[in-house]
Amino acid sequence: MLLDVKNLNVYYGAIHALQGISFHIEEGEIVSLIGANGAGKSTTLRTISGILRPRSGSVHFKGEDITTTPAEQIVRRGISHVPEGRKIFAPLTVRENLEMGAYTRDDPDEIQKSMDRVFVSFPRLKERLNQLGGTLSGGEQQMLATGRGMMSKPSLILLDEPSMGLSPILVEEIFNIIKEINSQGTSILLVEQNALMALSISNRAYVLETGRIVLEGNADDIKNNPQVKSAYLGI
Amino acid sequence: MELGFLIGSVVKIGAILAYLYGLLWVLGHKKLWVKIVGVVAAFAIVQLAFTITIGDSTILNEFDSGLVFQAASMTMIALGLNLIYGFNGQFSLGQWGFYGIGAYTAADITFRWINGDSRGLLVVGIGSILGAVMILGIQKWLSRLRGVPVLSAFTFYLFGSVLVGAVAVVIGNALNPAISPLLGSAYEPGPLSQGIWLQIVYFLAIIFAGVFAGEVSFLFGLPVLSLGSDYFGIATLGFTIIVNTLMLNSDTILPFPEMKGGRGMIGIPKLTTWFWAFFFMLMVIIIMRNVIHSSTGRTILAVREDETAAKAMGIDLASTKLLTFVIGSFFAGIGGGVYAHYIGFLSPGTFDFLAGFNPLIIVVFGGLGSMTGTIAASFGWIFFLEGLLRVLLGQMGPDAPTWRFVLYPIVLLLLMLIRPQGLLGTVEWGFLKAPFVRPRENQHTASDVVEG
Repeated sequence: MLLDVKNLNVYYGAIHALQGISFHIEEGEIVSLIGANGAGKSTTLRTISGILRPRSGSVHFKGEDITTTPAEQIVRRGISHVPEGRKIFAPLTVRENLEMGAYTRDDPDEIQKSMDRVFVSFPRLKERLNQLGGTLSGGEQQMLATGRGMMSKPSLILLDEPSMGLSPILVEEIFNIIKEINSQGTSILLVEQNALMALSISNRAYVLETGRIVLEGNADDIKNNPQVKSAYLGI
Repeated sequence: MELGFLIGSVVKIGAILAYLYGLLWVLGHKKLWVKIVGVVAAFAIVQLAFTITIGDSTILNEFDSGLVFQAASMTMIALGLNLIYGFNGQFSLGQWGFYGIGAYTAADITFRWINGDSRGLLVVGIGSILGAVMILGIQKWLSRLRGVPVLSAFTFYLFGSVLVGAVAVVIGNALNPAISPLLGSAYEPGPLSQGIWLQIVYFLAIIFAGVFAGEVSFLFGLPVLSLGSDYFGIATLGFTIIVNTLMLNSDTILPFPEMKGGRGMIGIPKLTTWFWAFFFMLMVIIIMRNVIHSSTGRTILAVREDETAAKAMGIDLASTKLLTFVIGSFFAGIGGGVYAHYIGFLSPGTFDFLAGFNPLIIVVFGGLGSMTGTIAASFGWIFFLEGLLRVLLGQMGPDAPTWRFVLYPIVLLLLMLIRPQGLLGTVEWGFLKAPFVRPRENQHTASDVVEG
C-alpha cells in the first residue's frame, strides 16, 4: 500500500472539516476524490502534504507514519502536491518555476532529465521556457503547475482540480497527460469537480460529502451508481 | 545664483545615477580585469572628487561628501530592507532598530579600543562567533526532533544566548589585562591603537556589529516571523522603539556609561574613509545579488509569491523567512557601523522610529524587488531631500527648509500615482540583471527519456 489514510479528523477552528476519513492508494493507481464544494476534498490533500495538521488520525506513506512530518520533509519522501488554482510563481520564468519544483533535489543532471521528461509530456512548456510564469495562459499555467509537481520525482502526485477554468479540449488534453504520467509509474490522487472526466481515467474513487466518505469503489461502479449519477454527473 | 545652484544639483543627481549605472555595468562585465579596473576607477573618481581642489573648495565639497557617506550607508540599510520586504514580502519596520544596534555596537568597540579598553572587541567578537556556533548547533539538534513548537525552540536559543554572552564577558575580562597595555590611551595611542592595527579593528568592529545585529534579529525573528505579515510589521515597530528606549537609557539601565544615554555618544573615531564606505557598500551589493540569483534567492521569491505553493515545493517557510531577516539585518548592522564612524557622534534621536520610515520610503520609491531601484533611490533621495531642497529652501528664509517635508511627500504622492511600481519597477542594471542561462548542449532526446 502506497498511501494509507486512517480516520482523519481535521478542523478549521470550530468547523469539523474532515470527519474521520479513511482511504488508501495502491502503487500505480489513479484514485479520485469527488464531491461537491466544501466536501473536504482539498482539505484532504492539504492534510496529506502536511500543509494542514489533523487533530487525530494518521497518514502512512510507504509504511512510514508521516502524520506530523513537516511539509518540506514530505516532499522529500516522494509526495508532490499540485495546489488548487495552479499557484505558479508569476515573476519567475517557466524554467525557474520548474527548477523550483526540483528544490529538494541536488544533482543537476538528474534535474535536467526530469525537466526533459516534463517537456515530453508538455511540449508547449519548452517553447515558453524563458517566458514569465504570470504571462502564460490558463491552460499553460496548469501544465506548468503539473510539470512543476513532476520535478521532485514523486512516487505520488496530489492533483487538486487540474481542470479548473479550462476549456473542454484542454481538459481532455490535461487528463490524457495525467494518464500518461501514471502509465510511467507515478501514482495519482486526483481531486475533481469534473467527476465524469475524473472517473473515466481513475481506477478507484471515493465520494465525499460534508467531510465523510459516503461511497467508495471501482471507478466504473461509481460511475454507474444511480445516486452519483443524479448528484454529480448530471445524467 | 539660485538657478545656478538648481541646475548644479540636478546635474549632480544625474551624475550620480550615471556613476551608479557605470559601476553596475562594469561589475557585470564578463572579463575579470575589466571588473577590477572598473571598480578601482569607480573608487578613484569619487576619491579624487573629494581631494582635488578647484578654486577654494574640492569638486565635491564637505557638504556633498557628507551626503555621499550617508547615501552609502543608507544603500546598505535599504538593500537589507528590500531583501526582507521587497523580495520576501515580510513588512518590517525593524530595520532602523538593527541599524541602531550596528551603529552603537561598532562605535562602542572602536571607542573603547582607542581609550585603552579591549573588552569591546573581545566580548562582541567572541560573543558573536560563539553565538553563531550556538545557533547552528541548536538548529542541528532541533532539526532531529520533530514538532518542536517555535516558542520552545526560542527558549533554547535564548538560554544559549545568555550563556554565550556570559562566557564572552568572562573571557573578555580575563584577556583584557594582557592587551590593554598595548593600547595606550586616547592621548598617547599605544602600538595597537594606531595605523594598520586600528584599521583592522575598525574592519572587525563593523563585521562583528553586522553579525551581532544578525543574531539579535534571529532571536527576535524566530517567535515573531510566525505572525502574519501585518502583525509582523507592528511587532518590528515595537522592536525599533525598544532599541531606541535602550539607547536613551544606555548609561542608566544598561552598563555602558560611554554611550551617555540621551546626551549622545561622542568621541567615536572617524575612521570611515571613502575606501571603507565603498568597500562595504560593494560587499553588500555583491552578497545580496548573489543571494538573490542563487537557489536560496528563488525560494525567497517563492515564499513572497505564494506560501502554499512554496510549501508544496518542499520549502521550509519559517527558516527561509528567518534567513532573509537575518541577512537583511546583517546589512543594516554594517550600514550602521559605517555611519557611526563617519559621523563620529551618535544620538538616540537619529534612531527614532519615525526616522525608521526613511528606508521603507526609499525601498518603495525605488521599486519593491529592484536592487537597482533601491541603490539609485538611496543616493537620489539623500541628494534630493538633504542636498537640493534643504539648500534651495534655505536661501528663501531661515524657516523655509521645513517646507521640504511638505514638498517631498507631494513628490512621493505623485510618484505613487504615476508609477505605483516604484521609480524603476523591477528593472535591473548591468551586474544586477539575472544571468542569462544558456540552454544545455546535451539535451536528452524525447525517445531516450521515455525509454530511460
